Amino acid sequence: MNNYTFEKIIEVKNLSKYFGQIIALEGIYFEVYKGEVFGFLGPNGAGKTTTINILCTLLSPSFGVVIVNGFNVITSPNNVRRSIGIIFQELTLDERLTAYENLNFHGMIYHLPKKIRRERIKEVLDMVGLYTRKDYIVRTFSGGMKRRLEIARGLMHRPSVLFLDEPTIGLDPQTRQHIWEYILNLSQREKITIFLTTHYMDEAEICQRVGIIDHGKIVDLDTPSALKNKYNVVSLNEVFLQVTGVDIREEGADEKTRLGQFLRARNKLR
Amino acid sequence: MDFDAIWMICLRDIIRHFRDRIRLLSSITRPVLWLLIMGTGLKNSFNVFGISYVHFIFPGIIAMNLIFAAMQSTISIIWDREFGFLKEILVAPISRTSIVLGKALSGSAIAFIEGLFVLIFAPLIKINISLVNLSLLLPQMFFIALVCTSLGIVIAARMTSFEGFGAISNFIIMPMFFLSGAMFPIDNLPHWINFIVRVNPLTYGVDLLRRTILGVRFFSFYIDFLFLIIFFLIMLYIGIFEFNKH
Repeated sequence: MNNYTFEKIIEVKNLSKYFGQIIALEGIYFEVYKGEVFGFLGPNGAGKTTTINILCTLLSPSFGVVIVNGFNVITSPNNVRRSIGIIFQELTLDERLTAYENLNFHGMIYHLPKKIRRERIKEVLDMVGLYTRKDYIVRTFSGGMKRRLEIARGLMHRPSVLFLDEPTIGLDPQTRQHIWEYILNLSQREKITIFLTTHYMDEAEICQRVGIIDHGKIVDLDTPSALKNKYNVVSLNEVFLQVTGVDIREEGADEKTRLGQFLRARNKLR
Repeated sequence: MDFDAIWMICLRDIIRHFRDRIRLLSSITRPVLWLLIMGTGLKNSFNVFGISYVHFIFPGIIAMNLIFAAMQSTISIIWDREFGFLKEILVAPISRTSIVLGKALSGSAIAFIEGLFVLIFAPLIKINISLVNLSLLLPQMFFIALVCTSLGIVIAARMTSFEGFGAISNFIIMPMFFLSGAMFPIDNLPHWINFIVRVNPLTYGVDLLRRTILGVRFFSFYIDFLFLIIFFLIMLYIGIFEFNKH
């Protein structure tokens, strides 16, 4: 498993993020090494997505230093953006376009020349087994196919770090299995660093190291086996519950409510 | 300046637009309703500057399709934000400025095409536009579409929900259309309406179109043009500012 060196690819020092009065992250430190599969665990609202959004330049930090692939997220965001691929928690495909168009547009905004775009699209679509469906509108795809397409898209520009924010949420066990095999293969073969967040503890087991975050602070960070030894339990699930407690956390509005809002507003306009 | 990004945003919006049959259909039926029903119905009651009413409102109907299409196309910004695609664009190595320019161009291109749908009706209501005037008219239509789109971008960039946009659009598109001189002449209006009419950019757009199509005007060409270009630059500047702040 240890295919990583100790060369740092992500460095986070004293990172804090405030949204007005709310403290989302409070002075966190961690490092991710090149080629590593790093897991980020935490209850809903613990600060996982905020951290990913800062690492991928969507949010700017309130305090602290964040270096990705040798570039500072504040001073050279475009270099950071070129270095990373992201699979967000929610789907970010354009569902009205075909699979091919989604990838082609992705290639355009990552400045790949036309010829290379065509080659890479074939390559990544073959990899996720969607090449025969390339001219289908994405809306007609199943949840698993959409996920695979997003993974293909995230890899198309050959990033050094791949961020996966709960990539298997809402997928059936078969698809989850398939996607993980695929991601692990990829990290071994291409030496891509993988930074993932998840709620499934069995998924966290495959990580080389795991950081547990709660209330905007990193409460523990080690290999899965070291964590289990430390808390003297047999599963990561128990580690997680011991470290973060058993209270249920709040979550934001889901997509269906927002879709309803959109349709109502659009009808008014027509 | 990032042409790949600008081209990608334009191409995507245009592909999406022409796949949406219902929207396309409404952009054709809207002017038909206004022109044939309002224009024909009121033809015998009004006569402005010796021009028949249906002719008088024709440039206004073009402007209506331009502003409707321009504003509607900027809703895609809110849609993208709510359904994630905006994130895909924001994490790409492209400048925020090129995102705004791409959106401005795609919105104007779509609105321009919808403006052309109205122009097709010109021979039907016996308006003759010479080739010289047509070559002046087309860039003017595109320019007015650009002004409207830039306003739509500023509104959409500041909006957080679809409900808000629906309401603001109704509070902005309809008053802008009615108080632009599209439906009635703008001289001899009460003071408070007169004020709104004069700060409404669409007033100057309608005036430009009406001069080119019918040869009648309220303002000089320079005033029309200057007002529109200043308004456009201010909106573009605010739009870029909004996209650049996190």
